Amino acid sequence: MKYLSLIFTNLGRKKIRTSLTFMSVLVAFILFGLLGAVQTALSQGVDVAGADRLVVRHKVSIIQMLPYSYGNRMAQMDGIDLATHFVWFGGIYQDPKNFFPQMPVDPIPFLDMYPEYELSQDHRDAWLNTRTGAIVGRKLADRFGWKIGDRIPIQATIWTKKDGGRTWEFDIVGIYDSKKKGVDLTQFFFRYDYFDETRRGAEGQVGWYVVRVKNPDQAADVAKNIDDMFANSPYETKAETEGAFVQAFAKQIGNITSIIIAIMSAVFFTILLVAANTMGQSVRERIVELGVLKAIGFTDRSVWAMVLGEAIMLTATAGLIGLGLSWLAVSGMSDSLSGVFPVFYLPVKTVLIGIALTVAVGLVAGSIPSFQAGQLRIADALRR
Amino acid sequence: MTLVEVKDAVRTFKRGSEEIKVLDGLNLSIPAGEFLALMGPSGSGKSTLLNLVGGLDRPNSGEIAIDGQRIDQMSATRLAAWRASHVGFVFQFYNLLPVLNAVRNVELPLLLTNLSKSERRKQAELALDIVGLSHRFNHYPRTLSGGEQQRVGIARAIASDPTLLLCDEPTGDLDRKTGDEILDLLTTLNKQHHKTVIMVTHDPHAAARASRTLYLEDGKLVSEFKP
Ligand SMILES: Nc1ncnc2c1ncn2[C@@H]1O[C@H](COP(=O)(O)OP(=O)(O)O)[C@@H](O)[C@H]1O
Ligand SMILES: [Mg+2]
Repeated sequence: MKYLSLIFTNLGRKKIRTSLTFMSVLVAFILFGLLGAVQTALSQGVDVAGADRLVVRHKVSIIQMLPYSYGNRMAQMDGIDLATHFVWFGGIYQDPKNFFPQMPVDPIPFLDMYPEYELSQDHRDAWLNTRTGAIVGRKLADRFGWKIGDRIPIQATIWTKKDGGRTWEFDIVGIYDSKKKGVDLTQFFFRYDYFDETRRGAEGQVGWYVVRVKNPDQAADVAKNIDDMFANSPYETKAETEGAFVQAFAKQIGNITSIIIAIMSAVFFTILLVAANTMGQSVRERIVELGVLKAIGFTDRSVWAMVLGEAIMLTATAGLIGLGLSWLAVSGMSDSLSGVFPVFYLPVKTVLIGIALTVAVGLVAGSIPSFQAGQLRIADALRR
Repeated sequence: MTLVEVKDAVRTFKRGSEEIKVLDGLNLSIPAGEFLALMGPSGSGKSTLLNLVGGLDRPNSGEIAIDGQRIDQMSATRLAAWRASHVGFVFQFYNLLPVLNAVRNVELPLLLTNLSKSERRKQAELALDIVGLSHRFNHYPRTLSGGEQQRVGIARAIASDPTLLLCDEPTGDLDRKTGDEILDLLTTLNKQHHKTVIMVTHDPHAAARASRTLYLEDGKLVSEFKP
């Protein structure tokens, strides 16, 4: 403890140089935190995808529709427990940049399919009793300040109403939340029966299905059975696990992750050089002082530890502040970015790796200068 | 009682491919309580000898015993601990740590003891009192004059109350008047605080303050200088 203040004082020797190094480490760790959050946001869908859920879409593309009747046929197949459907509504709330997904669903099988969307009994009942009712994620409600009972107009871009109108109005009857981190709380679900009766064209057709298999181990077999059953029909299907589906949706994620890793490697390599240079200079310009410390009775080991301690103190304080700032930034941006990244947070794993890195950078950057300081022979040092 | 005993000390250095024998079978015996001046031309090995006696360096052969302890045979770690409690060094250019104020510079050797923070502080202040700097506790080296910096250097050397003070040209960077004040202080430490002092100097006027003067010549000590 008594050496800590000595270490700290030594860092103040060249204030400008120390501050510049401090800032570069700090900025590097802000970047580290932000990119960690981005990477997690991008891969989140893959992480939360249920292993027991299959996505069934038109063989040609997700844009092509499937018949409503497929739902019942699949639900009766061996190994399948539940089937529910989705349609991409693609409407605009006030401004295109307010993007969030809206989808008509059948409330009962939908809620059954997604137990991670937690909806209170009151809200559930209200939804079942309100044809124009919609439930929205907690983050989406917070983003626009929506409350239960609000009437929300959505401009259709795909689905015109039978009366030719393009403004669909929905009543917020429920807000879903989740204790599970990573669950998308930015979606807007409304009732399929209301949608199907009101839309003009494509009646009785849905966008894609999600089916639940009884045994996740048989998911691949079940997927094949589904595709076989609808083969040679006008609407052939392609069934795959939800994870595979999400991955296909964002094939670039892998590339983005490697780009992020490449960027961070370059950044850390640079700050390593900066910090190592700072420590090297700092040792070189006080050879005599280090010799004096040894003459006074400090051992080689304690001088080594002191210099290494300086390096670690420098990178660890800067790095921890950087991580702290990135956490603040991520929390602050989470709402305004929710259109781009439904889930945006600093994962514990990133924080832990970051903390380890703050120390590791100091250890590596300080290794050579501290070794030299420890090896310094007193008589030589004092002759300078 | 003999405090310092150097027997047949040889110290050689390599310069290029050439070996130079700086100390060549040197013998030295210093009784406790003496104030010894070491003179000799530049490069004659005065600092080298001081380093051997202070345990900063080891002889190639020969024996160095301080108070009966063979410091040339100690492990590096034991030697460091021995230095911390038995010797104080005073340098020509003071060699204070610029980032520490006077008290914290003087406190440095006390960090190696078991003293509590307040005890360390008290002892450092006492040492600064002895050298006449009680009004400069919180001053940083760059705000002190040369003479004052050397006083801080001396306070640091005596902070852990060693028996032996090794001074390498302590007045070499000071004007005559300030140098005399430093010599007065060293004399006081020798007479009143019973420190054994070895002082390297170029200046016969400074050497005159010592109780004995030895000259380094051809790697050995002689008691009279014959140019
Ligand atoms: N660590 C060392 N490495 C190489 N040569 C040294 C070293 N220390 C001293 N010398 C050489 O030994 C000689 C004596 O040096 P030194 O003891 O510093 O002389 P003085 O203090 O009497 O001026 C000089 O020639 C010097 O170059
Ligand atoms: Mg010298």
